[in-house]
Amino acid sequence: MEYSYVFLILLLPFLSFIVLGLAGMKMPHKTAGLIGTLSLGIVTALSYYTAFCYFTAERGVDGTFATMVPYNFTWLPLGVLNFDLGIMLDPISVMMLIVISTVSLMVHIYSFGYMHGEKGFQRYYAYLSLFTMSMLGLVVATNIFQMYLFWELVGVSSYLLIGFYYPLHAAVAASKKAFIVTRFADMFFLIGILIFGFYTGSFSFSFAGNVVMGDGATPFIPVDVVRAVAAGGFIIPTALVLMFIGGAGKSAMFPLHIWLPDAMEGPTPVSALIHAATMVVAGVFQIARLFPLWIEYAPGQMSIVVYVGVFTAFYAAAVACAQSDIKRVLAFSTISQIAFMMVALGVCLPGHDGAVLDNHAQLGYMASMFHLFTHAMFKACLFLGAGCIIHAVHSNEMSTMGGLRKYMPITHITFLISCIAISGIPPFSGFFSKDEIITACFAYSPVVGWIMTAIAAMTAFYMFRLYYGIFWGTENKELHEHHTPHEAPLTMTIPLIILSVITLTCGWIVNFGSFVSASGLDYEIHLDKQIAITSTVIALISIALATYIYKGEKQPIADILYKRFPKLHRAAYKRFYMDEVWMFITHKVIFRLVSTPIAWFDRHVVDGTFDFIAWGSNAAGETIRPWQSGDVRQYAVWFLTGTVALTLVLLCLL
Amino acid sequence: MVPVEFYFVLSALLFFIGVFGFVTRRNLIAMLISIELVLNAVDINFAAFNRMLFPDGQLEGFFMSLFSIGVSAAESAVAIAIIINVYRNFHSDQVNSIENMKY
Repeated sequence: MEYSYVFLILLLPFLSFIVLGLAGMKMPHKTAGLIGTLSLGIVTALSYYTAFCYFTAERGVDGTFATMVPYNFTWLPLGVLNFDLGIMLDPISVMMLIVISTVSLMVHIYSFGYMHGEKGFQRYYAYLSLFTMSMLGLVVATNIFQMYLFWELVGVSSYLLIGFYYPLHAAVAASKKAFIVTRFADMFFLIGILIFGFYTGSFSFSFAGNVVMGDGATPFIPVDVVRAVAAGGFIIPTALVLMFIGGAGKSAMFPLHIWLPDAMEGPTPVSALIHAATMVVAGVFQIARLFPLWIEYAPGQMSIVVYVGVFTAFYAAAVACAQSDIKRVLAFSTISQIAFMMVALGVCLPGHDGAVLDNHAQLGYMASMFHLFTHAMFKACLFLGAGCIIHAVHSNEMSTMGGLRKYMPITHITFLISCIAISGIPPFSGFFSKDEIITACFAYSPVVGWIMTAIAAMTAFYMFRLYYGIFWGTENKELHEHHTPHEAPLTMTIPLIILSVITLTCGWIVNFGSFVSASGLDYEIHLDKQIAITSTVIALISIALATYIYKGEKQPIADILYKRFPKLHRAAYKRFYMDEVWMFITHKVIFRLVSTPIAWFDRHVVDGTFDFIAWGSNAAGETIRPWQSGDVRQYAVWFLTGTVALTLVLLCLL
Repeated sequence: MVPVEFYFVLSALLFFIGVFGFVTRRNLIAMLISIELVLNAVDINFAAFNRMLFPDGQLEGFFMSLFSIGVSAAESAVAIAIIINVYRNFHSDQVNSIENMKY
């Protein structure tokens, strides 16, 4: 099979993780960084080559790209079910390979500058390699269980990287929070997988359609949906919704979003890679992967995805308007944008004329994947830009910034490009993907369409509030005189330039719909003029509003608004007290009503039983210990007495 | 001819003297001698019973007593070797002196 080299895409980052993890401490920083970056450079080249081969290959007879499975083997035979490992290439996984390898490579290069001289530099690169390996494994998984395996691995690497600055208490707390919240959600994912596997008899993505197996690859066991439906119509929807809860945890959907803002305690390039571009879209990817099942067997349950997505998008956008920490603003913006992708998947409608998959009814699928792609690029660029700014002023707070455009021209321009892209102004990439999402929403319901348009306007507003707050606005002259901000080194600005070029061009240079679409058929993206103009005008109005409020040296309107609505501002700043609600639920309700009695039972009943047994044996031993006196004559007396006693007993008995 | 009961009485006396000596003596050599007394009592019993039960020639009892004498000779050789070592190490032939050997 022509794709037999793809195992290298997983193997190389893994090897670099092993090498850096075991021998990294003995290497100089530069060597360790070069090993990580070089292996990732090769992976990126391979990914691009794979994508090139895959998308330039002939389409099949049915007009779709064939799903290639170069490798698949049974890892654990579990009786009837099998746990396979393998590599599967289809349009979305190939697209994800490009996204992950590109952003990861940019982050690897950027980290040379950002992490320069940091203690644990080698460890950092080892973790980055581990993360890249796991994320690539997740997207090329041939079955849900393999996806789950790598899903947990990305969770672990995310935990390790958030807690990278482990001497800081906040970083440790944030990493624990991220791990626990996502693990809690993953429990539902696992239950969903088990229900699904139990009733359909297979974990494989065999419903992908047009599957071509490589030589020696174990064939997929077909997913027997008919049997599952016969066992109960609710089974497949239940399994899918449980899996969606897992995805919502990873993708920071309300109310499981609480870990993502705190995850910003990690190094900024990590936030760009894991908590903006790749790992957090795993939930979106999961739904896209299972999309044929959702649309055919659980179309009604897709409205859950829509409601969760719409609410999360609105909530996160509202919170982002009031945050003062630039990374937190970006974190909430990420949550909001991922919610856009979720909504786009949820608003897909059943196909026309009895077809299950239909490009027009399921425009949202393409829109979601498109937005995932463009968002990964511009959000990574924004985060890396934020990293440059933090590098320059040594703080995350907007109050230490302002007027930075004079000091950091490259960062300023690239940040501006990404801000315009996320706001949805043509011809930047964000415009095209967001426009498709809003078109899909209008087709689903005008209400959802208008809400999403409004949230897109909020996006433009808070992004430009951030932009003006950093680069214009009130300059913190005192601080800047004391320590003049300077442009970041080349290793940090080159990734910014590359990402912003991609952001500028990837919307209109290629037709994304001919690579990824719901049915796999070629789909020509065409803009709905009315919607495109409306959303552009609304975005421009919000940008103008942000300019009017935040651009000036003095910001009278912002101050008036702040004085008029102090409670609202406080609530938004405190993220509408969601963390406090969770703290209440966990500490006051779960800990007090469930954990405390269980702990009491464990301490007093379970431990008590064993403590008693141990104490009893100990006491018995202490009691008979003096008998072992070491005095031979005493033993002889005992022996004699015993013999006489035994004899007497025997005499009595016989 | 001496009646066979006399032998039994002698054997029983020797046995209990031996046991008494073993329990009451503190001297290791004296305890060894007591054990010899017990063994000799058993030997006498073997010989007497063999004579009483098989007057016409079977000799298992005598063999057994010969065997027992051999074993007791070997045993006293080992015991004396041990006692000499104990004496060298503890400068005492008293049984209490090696009480801490119990640990």
